[in-house]
Amino acid sequence: MVKNILFFISIFIFSITAQYASTIFVSPNGKNNSIAKAIQMAQSRDKIVIKPGKYFENAIVIDKPLDIEGELYPILDGNNKEGVFIVKSDSVTIKGLQIQNIGMSQIDDRAGIKFFSVKNCLVENNKLINTCFGIYFARSSDCVIRNNFVQGFATRETETGNAIHLFKCTNFLIENNTVSGHRDGIYFEFVENTKVCGNTSFKQIRYGMHFMFSHENEYSKNKFFNNGAGVAVMYSHHIYMHENEFTDNWSPVSNGLLLKDIKDSKIENNFIDRNTIGLFAEGCLRLEVKHNRFSKNGWALKVLGDCYDNNFTDNNFISNTFEVVTNATVSNNIFEHNYWTEYSGYDLNNDGIGDVPHSPVKLYTYLIERVPESIVLLRSLFIDLLNLAEKVAPVITPESLEDHKPAMKAIK
Amino acid sequence: MSLFVRGIKGEEINKTILNYSFNIKCMLKIFKYSFYDLLRSRWLLMYFLFFLATTFALLYLSSDISKGIVSLMNIIIAIIPVISIIFGVMYYYNSREFIDLLLSQPIKRKSVFLGQFLGLSLSLALSFVLGMIIPFAVYGIFTSSEIWNFSSLLFIGVILTLIFVSLAYLISILNDDKIKGFGIAILVWILFSVIYDGALLLFFVSFSDYPLQKFAIVLTVLNPVDLARVMVLLKLDVSALMGYTGAVFNQFFGTTWGMFISSFSLLLWIFIPLFSFLRIIKKKDF
Amino acid sequence: MIKFTDIHKSFGKLQVLKGVSFDIQKGQCMAILGPNGSGKSTLIKSILGLVIPDKGEIFIDENNIIGQSDYRNEIGYLPQITKLPENISVIELLKMIQDIRKTTGNIDELVTYFGIANYLNKTLKTLSGGTRQKVNVILSLMFNASLYIFDEPTVGLDPISCVKFKQRVLQEKQNGKTVILTTHILSEVEELADQIVFIMDGQIYYHGSPDQLKNNYQENTLEKAIAKMLETYK
Repeated sequence: MVKNILFFISIFIFSITAQYASTIFVSPNGKNNSIAKAIQMAQSRDKIVIKPGKYFENAIVIDKPLDIEGELYPILDGNNKEGVFIVKSDSVTIKGLQIQNIGMSQIDDRAGIKFFSVKNCLVENNKLINTCFGIYFARSSDCVIRNNFVQGFATRETETGNAIHLFKCTNFLIENNTVSGHRDGIYFEFVENTKVCGNTSFKQIRYGMHFMFSHENEYSKNKFFNNGAGVAVMYSHHIYMHENEFTDNWSPVSNGLLLKDIKDSKIENNFIDRNTIGLFAEGCLRLEVKHNRFSKNGWALKVLGDCYDNNFTDNNFISNTFEVVTNATVSNNIFEHNYWTEYSGYDLNNDGIGDVPHSPVKLYTYLIERVPESIVLLRSLFIDLLNLAEKVAPVITPESLEDHKPAMKAIK
Repeated sequence: MSLFVRGIKGEEINKTILNYSFNIKCMLKIFKYSFYDLLRSRWLLMYFLFFLATTFALLYLSSDISKGIVSLMNIIIAIIPVISIIFGVMYYYNSREFIDLLLSQPIKRKSVFLGQFLGLSLSLALSFVLGMIIPFAVYGIFTSSEIWNFSSLLFIGVILTLIFVSLAYLISILNDDKIKGFGIAILVWILFSVIYDGALLLFFVSFSDYPLQKFAIVLTVLNPVDLARVMVLLKLDVSALMGYTGAVFNQFFGTTWGMFISSFSLLLWIFIPLFSFLRIIKKKDF
Repeated sequence: MIKFTDIHKSFGKLQVLKGVSFDIQKGQCMAILGPNGSGKSTLIKSILGLVIPDKGEIFIDENNIIGQSDYRNEIGYLPQITKLPENISVIELLKMIQDIRKTTGNIDELVTYFGIANYLNKTLKTLSGGTRQKVNVILSLMFNASLYIFDEPTVGLDPISCVKFKQRVLQEKQNGKTVILTTHILSEVEELADQIVFIMDGQIYYHGSPDQLKNNYQENTLEKAIAKMLETYK
C-alpha cells in the first residue's frame, strides 16, 4: 500500500515537472521525420508528439525520462525486423501509438515495447499488432499498463511471444487491456505485489494468463475465454483471484483454471463456464474456494490427491457433466455448503440444507481416468446402474469426499 | 410393328404404376385406421401422459432448459426402446386375428403390414413428440437457444421408436408363440441397453493397454441405443467429450462424414429388420 | 367353379395336407369337415392366400390364384372368432373394410337384418361376443361376393341370429353364390351343404353329398354316419 502511494506521488511530481519541459513534434514530412533522432535531441522530461503517418524504425532506444505521445494513432512499423522501442530509463510514458509488424526471431525476445530495469513507467492506449511480444518488462517496478490493445495472429506457440510479459517485476498495475492471438495473454515470472484487473484475454495459443513463482498478486474482473489451455497459476502463494470469468476453454488438455503448487490463496466469485475441466488443482494447500459458479464444464473440479486442507464452500455446481474427479482414495479437503445440481437428496426440516450428504465423485469418473474410451458410455443405462451400485455400497470412491451440508437452492 | 410393341410396353408400365400407386393407397388406408385405433388406445394415452408429466416435472425441478434436456435424454434412451419393443410385440399379437381378416381382403400383404407398422410407430412417435413439445413450448423452447438440442432429442426419440418397433415386428413374425416373443423382445432390449454396454466396458478394461478408440467408435456405431445417445451427447456434453479422451470421438462424430455414417447406421437399424420382416411375410403362412 | 389340384402343405415336419384335389361347382355349398388338426383350416386359408401351399394349384374360374390378391374381391370371408381393433366403432370398421375393398356394400340392409343398428357407434371393445360375431358376419356378407367362406360361422350367435344367418346363406346360394363352410355343428351341414369333403390326416376320406354318406352307412343322421365312418377308419 505504501508503495502504491509513493508510486502515485511520483507520477504526480512527474506530471508537474513535465509542464516545464518543451515539446518536440515528429511527422513523416516535417523537419523531424525520425523518432529516434527526436529522442536523441530531446532533454529529460521533454514531450515528443508523433503526428499521424507511417514510420519505419527499429530498436529506438529511450534512455532518458520522456513523454511520448501519438496523435490519432501514428503507425510505427517494424517492417518485420527488430522491436520498435527499447526503454532503459525510468519515468517514460508511451501513449496513443500503433506499433506493428515485428519479425520473429529465435535468438532474442523481440517486442513492440521493451523495458529493462525501469521504474514509474506508463504504457497506455496503444495498439500493438503482430509484434511477437507485445509489451515486455524485465526487472522493473511501479509501472502501469493500461487500456492497450495487443493483437497477434499466431497459430503455433513458436511463432509468437506473450502479449504482456513481466519478468522479475514488482508493484505493477495492469488494467483494461485486451490481448489476443499470442502464446500467453499475460505472462508473469517472479512478479510480486501486482494487480491485474479488467483485462480481456482470448484466443491465446496456450494460456490466457500464466503465472510462475509470482506471489502476493491480485487479479480480478478479467475475462479469459477461448484459450488453448485456459489460465495457469503455478508455484505461487498468496494470490487473490476474484470475479474473473473463465469460459469456453475447450481442447483436449484444457482447463478453465489450472492451479499447480499454489498455497494460501483465495478464489472467490469467479464464473467458470463451459471448460473441459473447470478447475484443476495439483499440489495445492490451504485454498479458499468460495462463491464461485461452475457451470456446464466437462469436469467441474479435478482435485488430485496431493491437495490438502483446501476449502470449497458456497460454490454453485450447475449442469456439469462430472462434478468432482480425484485420483485419491481419501479426501483431505473440505466441501461444505455448495449447491450441486446432481444432488438428489431431500430437506425434510426445510432449513435449505440437504439432509443426506452429497458425494460428487462418481465411480464412472474413475473408470474414465483408467480407461478413457469408456467415455462413450456416458449417460448410458449401464453406467447409471453402476453408479447406483457404488452409491449404495462404496468400494472405490472416497467416502470422505462428501458435502455434508449441500445447499438445496443455488447460492446467490 | 415397333409402334405396336411400344404400345404394349407402355401399357405394361402403366399397369405396374397403377398397381404400385394402388398398393400405396391401400397401405395408407391401413395406416389411417390403425393410427386412429391406436390414438384412442389407453396405453398410448398413458405413454403420452408419461412424457407430458415427466417433462413438466423435470423442467419445473431443474428450472433450466438445458439441464432439463440432459435429464430427458436419459429417460428417452431408457424408456423409448423398451416401450416401443414391448408395445410393438403386444400390438402385433393382439391384432393377429384382425390381420388375418385384412389379409383375406383383396390387398397385398405388404400393404397390410407396412400400414400397421407405420400406424404403430407414428402414433408412438406422435405421443412422445407431443408429450415433450407441450411442456417445452410452455417453458419457451421456441425462443430458447436450446432449440437445436431439443430438436435433436426429438429426432433421436423418433428414430429409436422406429428402430424398436421394426425389431418388435421382426421378433413377433418369427415367433408365433406369444410368450416366447415377449421374452425375446425384453431380451433384445436388455441386450442393447445394458448388456452391450457392460460387455463394451469389460472389453475396454481388459484391453486397456491397446489403442481402442477406433474400436470404440465402431462398436458404438453398431448399437443403435449407444449411437443415438452419443449423437445427442455430442450436442449436450461437448465439454466432457472434448476432453482428451473424447477428442477422437468428436473428430469422428463431429464431422459431416461421421454424422453421415451415424445417420446411415441408424437408418439401417430401421430398414434391415423391416426388410427382413417384409421378406418373411411374403412366404409366411398365417 | 373352384378347383383344388394336388394340394400339399407341411409345417416343419408336420404334413398337414398330402395331396388334396376336388372341385366345387358354382352355386353349391361345400362343407369341409374333419377332426381337429385334420387340415380343414389350412385348406381354407390356402384359398384365401393366408397359407401358401408347397405344391398344387387352386383355380377359381380357370385362374390360378396362388400369389394373387385381386381375386379376393370376389370372396366374403368369415373367420373363426376374430378379435377386432378395440378402439374403433362398428360403423368405422365396416366403412374401413369398404374403403379397402373400394366397393360399397349393403351395410344398411344387413345392419337392420341382424338388428345391430343401436350398436353402430359403439367401440368394438364394448360389444358382447355375440354382437361382435354379428359384425363379423356382416363383414363377410356385405360385398355381394360370388364366393363365401364361413369358418365356424354360428359360434357365439344367438339362436334367432343363427336362423337368420342360415336363411341368408340359402338365399345367397339361390342367387348363384358358391359357399365353403366348416363347422362342428352337423345339423348346419345338413341344412346348408350340397357336398361334403371329409378330411382325415391331410387326405380326402370322403367326397360326396350328405345324403349319400348317410346311405353309405345306412344311418338317418349325418352325425351317426360320420361316427360310423370314423370307426371303420380306425
